[in-house]
Amino acid sequence: MRFIDEFRNAELARVVIDRIHRRSKRHIRLMEFCGGHTVTILKHGIRQLLPPTVEMLSGPGCPVCVTANADLDKAIALAREPGVIIATFGDMLKVPGSYSSLQKVRADGADVRVVYSTLDALQIARENPERAVVFIGIGFETTAPTIAASVLQAEEEGIKNYYVLSMHKLCPPVIKALLNSGEVRLDGLICPGHVSAIIGSRPWGFAARDYGIACVVSGFEPLDVLQSVAMLVEQLEKGEPKVEIAYRRGVRPEGNLRAQELMNAVFEPSPANWRGIGVVPESGLRLRKEYQRFDAELSFDIDPGPTLEPKGCLCGDILRGVKTPIDCELFGDACTPEHPVGPCMVSSEGSCASYYHYGTL
Amino acid sequence: MEPFKDEKILLAHGSGGRLSHDLVEKGFLPAFDNPLLSKLDDSAIFEAKGRLAFTTDSYIVTPIFFPGGDIGKLAVCGTVNDLAMSGAMPLYLSVSFIIEEGFPLSDLKRIVTSIQQAAEEAEVKVVTGDTKVVNKGSVDKLFVNTAGVGIVPEGVNISGSNAVPGDKVILSGPIGDHGIAVISEREGLKFATLVKSDCAPLNKLVREMLEVSSEIHCLRDPTRGGLATTLNEFATQSKVGILIYEDMIPVRDGVRAACEMLGFDPFHVANEGRLVAAVAPNHTERVLERMRRNKYGAEAAIIGEVREEHQGRVVMRTHLGASRIVDMLVGELLPRIC
Repeated sequence: MRFIDEFRNAELARVVIDRIHRRSKRHIRLMEFCGGHTVTILKHGIRQLLPPTVEMLSGPGCPVCVTANADLDKAIALAREPGVIIATFGDMLKVPGSYSSLQKVRADGADVRVVYSTLDALQIARENPERAVVFIGIGFETTAPTIAASVLQAEEEGIKNYYVLSMHKLCPPVIKALLNSGEVRLDGLICPGHVSAIIGSRPWGFAARDYGIACVVSGFEPLDVLQSVAMLVEQLEKGEPKVEIAYRRGVRPEGNLRAQELMNAVFEPSPANWRGIGVVPESGLRLRKEYQRFDAELSFDIDPGPTLEPKGCLCGDILRGVKTPIDCELFGDACTPEHPVGPCMVSSEGSCASYYHYGTL
Repeated sequence: MEPFKDEKILLAHGSGGRLSHDLVEKGFLPAFDNPLLSKLDDSAIFEAKGRLAFTTDSYIVTPIFFPGGDIGKLAVCGTVNDLAMSGAMPLYLSVSFIIEEGFPLSDLKRIVTSIQQAAEEAEVKVVTGDTKVVNKGSVDKLFVNTAGVGIVPEGVNISGSNAVPGDKVILSGPIGDHGIAVISEREGLKFATLVKSDCAPLNKLVREMLEVSSEIHCLRDPTRGGLATTLNEFATQSKVGILIYEDMIPVRDGVRAACEMLGFDPFHVANEGRLVAAVAPNHTERVLERMRRNKYGAEAAIIGEVREEHQGRVVMRTHLGASRIVDMLVGELLPRIC
């Protein structure tokens, strides 16, 4: 299959792995920001193929996982509002909030529907003009443009019953917050491929320039990731950290300008609450003033109650790269994909779920 | 078939009155014609000698028509295969319908015809049945339940707990076709439209395998939960480890593409016409050779082996030469695929 098989070629992979083994002298710590990369790494057993000098850490790049309980509680409270239809990506359904989950309130009678695209949510709004349709807007820069497009479409068609609960998050600011915290020592960053397809590689410049972190934007096939590791090793061995793109078939330095335009037209940066990290300034997106009538939070008077955090759950530490799922006492016992305690076990891109599914022997 | 014109199923079709009788006599009897059914007594009475296998399953797939099959074919193949995987030779089936009021009779005709065709191919007889009609909204179009009876030949002993270290693991063909055919039809995924369900009765394939080997230890059809779940069941039940090789597992391009797009693992996608077997190593070649002569086993391949190590776990040697665990499907992948 084109664009897949080439990037899983075992012979080429062997060549890249050999190069990494040959070049890597000093011990380095690399973080794969994105949950998609974590899945690739574990699914193909890439860690076993790297030399002991290259340590891989999983980062906070799973939008479901980083959604704070306080925000989840808002979505669940909205689902309980009479007449409201919640439209959401499937991954959100099982994520436990402080008291419940979208799946549980659905079982209690709330109208919660899984959609594959914001356009499906708009269609639900068209078909149910007497009901309010709230789209749970989670995701990074990758999904935000499509949600912006749905808002513009609703505006154009005069759809009055469509709302967005914007819990979008921006990646470069949270990396900055992680680096500022000094909690995790990092040498290199495998930068998210799909996020960078939208924002480009330039927004990562600060990490190399101000923090001396080697940065390579990677695709999601095993060869993509191996190639990125090889490039990071090369940069670090030379002592020349910079931003490079390994994922050239998907990412340009300037990104996707049209998508950025859409996103900027509808949203503006705002503080966002990240699980395990806290409120990070300018790391979220809220609807601009002219589109505030689509803002679910402003349009409904909801009271989600005080936020509770699950006891013993290390999701926050795991998202910051301070702990791994294996460190968590709940992992695999009290917390499994069937009965998740924390979100990292729910999302298919969550570190805990990846460890659980593809785990180590 | 008079009652099948442009009409719809009414509540009265399930009431036991005249319309019910019409439906049975003009709709079902001609299709399933056999002496046991035609008596129309309360039970089908038959003689049987030997060990009997008995199984039942309900079919609620949506959409009810999908590329490569429909709910009727599935209802026959599913139950026939459950019998076959115990080493039984299927003989008789019951077929019960729960139909939503307003269901088109022409669609029912199509389903009855495909039940008949599948039963004919599998050489099983539908000897008893039932029809209920419920109010609109009480079921989604049509649900089917089938139960099946078969005879387990002398000396045949097949179970998920019989795998022993050294056994080879054989897969009868590419995985994931059924699940992807169903979801692509339901979600309108154009790129996967070439994928057809593998839905098929496997009893003859199993019979032929048993003819050439007495060393078939485990047999199972990897339906819901897919290949990964079946292999994990073998590993747990037999208290052994299973090692499989990613490169040896056939997956069609259409299925791979759909799985890539949807984030599914083909190992977790349902099949309805495939089987997995654990066979003693010295019998592997003859079993494979015989399987490949049957159209439902033409692409049969060895995909791994049973080991003493990593008891209860399935480990895969990846394409890149690393190893990872292959886990059971957790939760729901595709709702209502069978």
